[in-house]
Amino acid sequence: MPRPFTPKVVTANALLEGDVVYLKADGAWTRRLAEAELLDEAGLAELRLLDAQARAHEVVGPYLADAQAGPDGPEPVHFREDFRRRGPSNYHHGKQEAR
Amino acid sequence: MYAYSDFDESFVRDRNIQFRAQVERRIDGALTEEEFKPLRLMNGLYLQLHAYMLRVAIPYGTLNGRQMRQLAMIADRWDKGYGHFTTRQNIQYNWPALRDVPDMLDALADVGMHAIQTSGNTIRNVTADHFAGAAADEVIDPRPVAELIRQWSTDHPEFQFLPRKFKVGVTGSPNDRAVTAAHDIGLRLLVQDGVIGAHVLVGGGLGRTPMIGKTLKDFVPLDDLLPFLEATVAVYNLLGRRDNKYKARIKITVHETGIDEIRRLVDAEFEARKPLFKGFDQALLDQITADFAPPAFEATGPGSYESLRAADPVFRAFTDTNVAEHQHPDYAIVTVSLKAHGATPGDATSDQMRVLADLAERYGHDELRISHEQNVILPHLPKRHVKAVHQALNAAGLATANVGLISDIIACPGMDYCALATARSIPIAQEIAERFDALKLEQDIGPLKIKISGCINACGHHHVGHIGILGLDRAGVENYQITLGGDHTEDAVIGERAGPGFGADDLIPAIERLVYAYLDLRQDRGETFLQAYKRLGMAPFKAALYPQQEAEADAA
Repeated sequence: MPRPFTPKVVTANALLEGDVVYLKADGAWTRRLAEAELLDEAGLAELRLLDAQARAHEVVGPYLADAQAGPDGPEPVHFREDFRRRGPSNYHHGKQEAR
Repeated sequence: MYAYSDFDESFVRDRNIQFRAQVERRIDGALTEEEFKPLRLMNGLYLQLHAYMLRVAIPYGTLNGRQMRQLAMIADRWDKGYGHFTTRQNIQYNWPALRDVPDMLDALADVGMHAIQTSGNTIRNVTADHFAGAAADEVIDPRPVAELIRQWSTDHPEFQFLPRKFKVGVTGSPNDRAVTAAHDIGLRLLVQDGVIGAHVLVGGGLGRTPMIGKTLKDFVPLDDLLPFLEATVAVYNLLGRRDNKYKARIKITVHETGIDEIRRLVDAEFEARKPLFKGFDQALLDQITADFAPPAFEATGPGSYESLRAADPVFRAFTDTNVAEHQHPDYAIVTVSLKAHGATPGDATSDQMRVLADLAERYGHDELRISHEQNVILPHLPKRHVKAVHQALNAAGLATANVGLISDIIACPGMDYCALATARSIPIAQEIAERFDALKLEQDIGPLKIKISGCINACGHHHVGHIGILGLDRAGVENYQITLGGDHTEDAVIGERAGPGFGADDLIPAIERLVYAYLDLRQDRGETFLQAYKRLGMAPFKAALYPQQEAEADAA
């Protein structure tokens, strides 16, 4: 039996700032994971990734990251994505600084 | 100290102009990321977890006040007001924007610095003993040789696409503070029958497959050193594996080929190359050596250094741990700890950098060093000024008296910054330092090196820590493996893995049990953790780390 598909988000680093971005349903990039499009179908996820890869003038290294639905939108599954969403733990820098 | 020649100056400026154009072409879409990546890496620019990261070379860890002040300016103007000093004596800026990087590189060039070959499969920034030119036990100042290697390796046309990165470390003291045995090439300078030369180690390295360097030559006279190094790298360049990234370092080449065969090949290559050098390298080395002439030390006596030490316990504690013996009896080497309890190892704010620059200029012959242990050194400080320096450091939050102690921890950036990391390092270092500070045990424990890496690439040198900690991802949870008995000195040893890893919450109590076991087991206060480990072996320490298993074994 095939393994159940873990939902994904498309994520990358912005070309100019280098910070973490996510792909929204309307095709725009967002700095907030909660605003990302949660992709719960493998074919759609691959399609969105291909679109993102074609936008090399905006982002670097797009990939599909595992995510899950939360009350306010997609949430990370793995701790690495949690750190990417938040910023480093030793200073209040990165995305946690902006809030 | 070495100052850029006209050649250096125009070379670095030209490189910056070239890179500025490359950045522009990337931004306007003329270059893809695949095309741009190797170009940015050759100029020290990484893309990390949250941002770009610029790694700036501090060759052999030596810089002056003006350079340190410029590093502070760069931190303020284009970053977040701090820099991170690394285990390869570099400084990293964690938050630059792509458009700003060419300006940062120009600002570096203004003070004779660059970020060239701090990444990529090239010969990287050459590291050296951080007490070079100052230590009482030094035989030869390693910096002229290190600078010669910097000039030779920078943009060396044959060695821009090596199978993998290549690191060289140099010491000129029998007490190896430069971890030479963990370098692709380690040089230990010495004098034999009145001739200066190097004991050459090859194939050392940490990372996925840790290995202690093997002796390639017991003695290579200085006259032959550069052609010999070139022969060695040339042999590696042809022989090193390019089919598998994890088997591409020279340590694997040496391991698979055998040191005797490597030596034979290097000797043959050396014979062919030596005549091509025609003494140019020696003329250059003579010039460089003149640049590194020691400052005019003032024989003004120690002043009230000893009486101040006797009168002030805080000052005494500082000098006990942070001061090392200088060549000149009236001088001291002062190590400034970047490991305040709870702080990020190796980080300095721009204000702190300016304080260090001021102190170097005012009291210390305008010299500073960065150590691979992520501290800053004032190498030439008259003893009569140490008290004033201590006061100034104290006011800047830089007077932590813990050099060589349990809280003087090496930690890589780990998953707080690094895209390669599998777990965090910094919070672990912070927690250990705070815990043992709270226990007020640090001084009693004595010399103890904890080194933490956030992945198997081992930037945090965990293999050669007396206690090494390796952060891994175990089924989606941060997990930390402990190794024991590593040694980074001239007696270099790779530490032994103690057993299963610990979760982040269980790690600090485990380290505490380990240290308490040592305090119980040591013969007296004079026996260090490492000495006790060497005497007793793994068993009693393992028992302390895994009391549960011990209890089960006893019951069975």
